[in-house]
Amino acid sequence: MNEEQLLYAPTHEWVHVAEENGERIATIGISAFAVELLTDLVYMELPEVGKELIQGEEFGEVESVKAVSPLYSPVNGQVVAVNSELPDRLETLSDDPYNEGWILKVKLAGDAELANLMDYPTYQKQCAEEG
Amino acid sequence: MKDRNTPLIFERSRPGRRATCMPSADVPVRPIEDLLPAASRAAEPPPLPELAEPDIVRHFTSLSTRNMAVDTHFYPLGSCTMKYNPKRNERLASLPGLADLHPYQPEDSLQGLFHILHELQQMLAEISGLPGVTLQPAAGAHGELTALMIAAAHFRRLGQRRTKVLTPDTSHGTNPASARMAGFQTVTLQSTPEGYVDLDDLETKLDEQVAVLMVTNPNTLGLFDQQIRQVSERVHARGGLVYLDGANMNAILGIARPSDFGADMMHFNPHKTFSSPHGGGGPGAGPVCVSQALEPYLPLPIVARVDSKYRLIQERPHSIGRVRSYFGNVGVLVRAYCYIRTLGPAGLRRVSEDAVLNANYLLSLIKHFLVVPHGDRCLHEFVASAAEVKKTRGVRGMDLAKRLLDYGFHAPTVYFPLTVPEAIMIEPTETESKETLDAFAETLFRILEEPLDRLQEAPYTTPISRPDEVQAARKPILRWTCD
Repeated sequence: MNEEQLLYAPTHEWVHVAEENGERIATIGISAFAVELLTDLVYMELPEVGKELIQGEEFGEVESVKAVSPLYSPVNGQVVAVNSELPDRLETLSDDPYNEGWILKVKLAGDAELANLMDYPTYQKQCAEEG
Repeated sequence: MKDRNTPLIFERSRPGRRATCMPSADVPVRPIEDLLPAASRAAEPPPLPELAEPDIVRHFTSLSTRNMAVDTHFYPLGSCTMKYNPKRNERLASLPGLADLHPYQPEDSLQGLFHILHELQQMLAEISGLPGVTLQPAAGAHGELTALMIAAAHFRRLGQRRTKVLTPDTSHGTNPASARMAGFQTVTLQSTPEGYVDLDDLETKLDEQVAVLMVTNPNTLGLFDQQIRQVSERVHARGGLVYLDGANMNAILGIARPSDFGADMMHFNPHKTFSSPHGGGGPGAGPVCVSQALEPYLPLPIVARVDSKYRLIQERPHSIGRVRSYFGNVGVLVRAYCYIRTLGPAGLRRVSEDAVLNANYLLSLIKHFLVVPHGDRCLHEFVASAAEVKKTRGVRGMDLAKRLLDYGFHAPTVYFPLTVPEAIMIEPTETESKETLDAFAETLFRILEEPLDRLQEAPYTTPISRPDEVQAARKPILRWTCD
């Protein structure tokens, strides 16, 4: 996935929306910037398929050697797929955060809340301020 | 990794070797089957190591020489208040009238200890301004849990369903953890860029579901939240309670009373503020003080003075019950009592004034070569950031912390609070001399000049250099298992 064409939440999750079998499916991951901030990851907890997510609410957590950080859902919808290999191969998150490092696929409940997300240039600006 | 092969105590074990000879029993010996039901008996004895006394002493003494302790090194571990523990308190706590007591002794023979504990309750009430005191919790986080259980009991009795606990993003990790453990949902409050509770964010998140705001003041950035009364008033206006995490009391003893800035409940860390030893997982204590309205819910027992004698109150209708066996970590409490009695009110105030002075002096030296994002003044500790040197040279906070060990300084706290990138949290405490503070600052300055690879492989002088923290967390190597 091309990081410049993704949408971003202020909490550093990325979203890619695509049409699949007539459904609007969002693929969700965390940005390279966030992975760098988290440093060395040791553990990850993900939701089950079927779980309903609400934008801005926690859906899982990642633990690094420094701290446990919550993961926040950037969209409203239902989890339809989880990258279950990820917790055992956390290095994928830093090696390939936008492709192999995807975390969830979510069937969108609606498009309206996508307007709360940032495009790439705006997100870059936020990262520059935080970094 | 010079001596990674130091044998474990289990590897030194030889069958049948003993350190003590037990005298023969002077009561009739009964088979274990008569004493314990089958379900309570293990099939085999536990696999304990078997060693002679000199081997045990050498093993642990040798391990102890690897420690960096406040008795051997400057220990500026922010948020932990690793202050020097005066030896006088050790001597007093070792007096046979205290050290040799047994909790099952008749109460009449424990009057001296009860006198101390009762006075300690009163001292903590005076320092906090909160009259109800329990000495039972075994550590700070246990105090947090106890207080949240008190809050839950309070709202249950009022018939209010309150499910949320608010914690600022700078709070100690124990705060949200205790809230979850007590059955609450946690909501994080954002801080302002200056490091204080964001009143607008508080307003958005404050509702009738909020049971408690847990706040640390001065906070983990070493700043006294100047709006703390407004924060408390807003929580109170919605019927919520304010809990003060007392970990940073070393900055405000005798200067600010938590009840005056709105706290309804708080814990003390005697092992920080009142200099009983801590670290290495040794016992701490976490006395909790509460307002009069919350006193009925305190855990039991409580020491009370009844008809010129001290008695343990064992029953109260609204108490949350017991949180600890016997009477808490009495040895720690006795040391705290000795410390408070030795210094007195004026001395305690001086402790905080000197702790704040030392931290500000060190800040004034360090700010010239490391960014201190939250300004030129602090209370008992401050947070510097290695983010700038990471950007320019790739040097991380962890590298500096590790290299300091080679120069004989315990590392400061790093990567906390989470709101400061590459945080280096420094708390010198009140007992350090100007020479020590100067030497620490100069060393940090010199380390920053060292080449990157030199820093990345530090430390060089410790028995183990730099463990692989990721592998240690994900695939720990266990050198000994019991089967």
